[in-house]
Amino acid sequence: MNKNYFEIIRAGINSTFQDLGRNNLYHIGIPFSGAMDNRNYLLANKLTGNDHNHPVIEFAYQGPHLKYHGNKINIAITGDVSFKIKNGDNLIDGECYQSFILENDDELDIISTNKSVYGYLAISGTFDLKFQWSSCSTNTKAKIGSNNGEKLSDNQKIKIKEINNNFVSRKLNYVNTKIEHIRVIKGTNFNYFSEVGKKIFFKNEFKVSKLSDRMGMRLEGKKIENIVDTNIRSEGLIKGVIQVPTDGNPIIMLSDHGTIGGYPKIGVVVSADYDKLVQLTPGSRVKFQEVDLNSAETLFKLYELETQNLISQI
Amino acid sequence: MIKNISNLGDAALYCDFGKEINKEINTHVIKYFKTIQKKNIPGINNLTPSYNKLIISFDLKKINFNKLKKIVDNIEIIKSDSIQNKKFEIPICCEKEFSLDIKRLEEKLKMREEKIYESFFEKEFFCYMTGFIAGMPFLGDLDENLRAKRLETPRVKVPKGSIGLTEQFANIYTFESPGGWNIIGNTPLNIFDSSKENKPNLINPGDLVIFKRITKENYQNYHE
Repeated sequence: MNKNYFEIIRAGINSTFQDLGRNNLYHIGIPFSGAMDNRNYLLANKLTGNDHNHPVIEFAYQGPHLKYHGNKINIAITGDVSFKIKNGDNLIDGECYQSFILENDDELDIISTNKSVYGYLAISGTFDLKFQWSSCSTNTKAKIGSNNGEKLSDNQKIKIKEINNNFVSRKLNYVNTKIEHIRVIKGTNFNYFSEVGKKIFFKNEFKVSKLSDRMGMRLEGKKIENIVDTNIRSEGLIKGVIQVPTDGNPIIMLSDHGTIGGYPKIGVVVSADYDKLVQLTPGSRVKFQEVDLNSAETLFKLYELETQNLISQI
Repeated sequence: MIKNISNLGDAALYCDFGKEINKEINTHVIKYFKTIQKKNIPGINNLTPSYNKLIISFDLKKINFNKLKKIVDNIEIIKSDSIQNKKFEIPICCEKEFSLDIKRLEEKLKMREEKIYESFFEKEFFCYMTGFIAGMPFLGDLDENLRAKRLETPRVKVPKGSIGLTEQFANIYTFESPGGWNIIGNTPLNIFDSSKENKPNLINPGDLVIFKRITKENYQNYHE
């Protein structure tokens, strides 16, 4: 019985169902997708007593305004998010990294993310979703995943299949930090760029453009001059690859990226910095800093340790 | 054979099969791809074969570049020539409303429309790879006289089913997407179907494709 559900009063700008995404489909043109900020995704699930690959709602900038109908349920929001909860006649300012109980007719209004892009809403239960290739992750460009591959829309219902009756109150003291230096490993076409171009890449600031989404982040700055060829033979891409097209402005591939590309790769963002990279809002200024493979691997170990440490504190 | 393996970032192997693009090199890439896919090596989470490269991405929590490189360096490729080539005939309609860039091609290639289509429809194409967007096949090789560059400014929306040309290749837009290829027609055939999880792609690397011109009437009645 689907007697528990959210009614969407306002869907928000780009609210989608996400989990860890889907593997081993690059060769047919399907990217990983999955939650953009992996750490905040994992924390949201832990705060509501779920396992680590449980569908959540990801939102960007403005989140959804939801009205809850059904038996009581625990929810948690992660990221840097302003939201309000209406319990009967009380209007409470919500806090991230803390579980809240919603009862029948309560409302949750996720007003906005603060100086960041993505936030996560997890529930102590299971949304009633269709999976594709064992993942709910919605890729709106390819129309793949739950909700028929579409983002959430106003006035629809989000059905909840099951509530895990885990009403333990959970809390974590955690503040997201901003990143100014994105660490990168030189790309396979690094030598396509002039000496001046290479210097610009590592010394100058770049501004995040508003033409950024789950597929890619476009940057604006001083033009990076190519001295070999502005096209390469199309080949595979991965998350974090920085391509420089003909106009000289870098584009970073994000979770829903095209799987093949024909622009030279100047660098690749290290795995440890990915979660913070995706949270950069349009207009933010960033610099790239070169690291080698060994350092990148060490940075990832530290990132992973910190994530596990945070999870274990909940 | 793989000429060189380097790292692409901290979580992928970049296997280079040489500079050239031809069926022989691409067949090597596909053989490696299929062998590695069958071996289910722990940690690998994606494989992307292309004309002359194979990118192997992995979960940095489970394995790292040096360890995986050793495994790939020592891999024995399945010897048999068991790659099955399927053949497809793809119907396309080249009426004005679908052939968005035929005038541009006439100009760039200095050829008449009829000659462009004649040369295009005579060809049997080989599928080198699929991707960019889900299920999009990269087909080669176009005759020398049909090779044109991408549009200077890519379209924000290329209609689903569009057939595009660029350099030595033709492709099919499996759904509406941004893109910069020269569009010469449109197919009513569904090339990608996400509801078929085991076989979402109609055309796969190694397959052979010919195009068949259909009238607008046939196009409109195709699904009836």
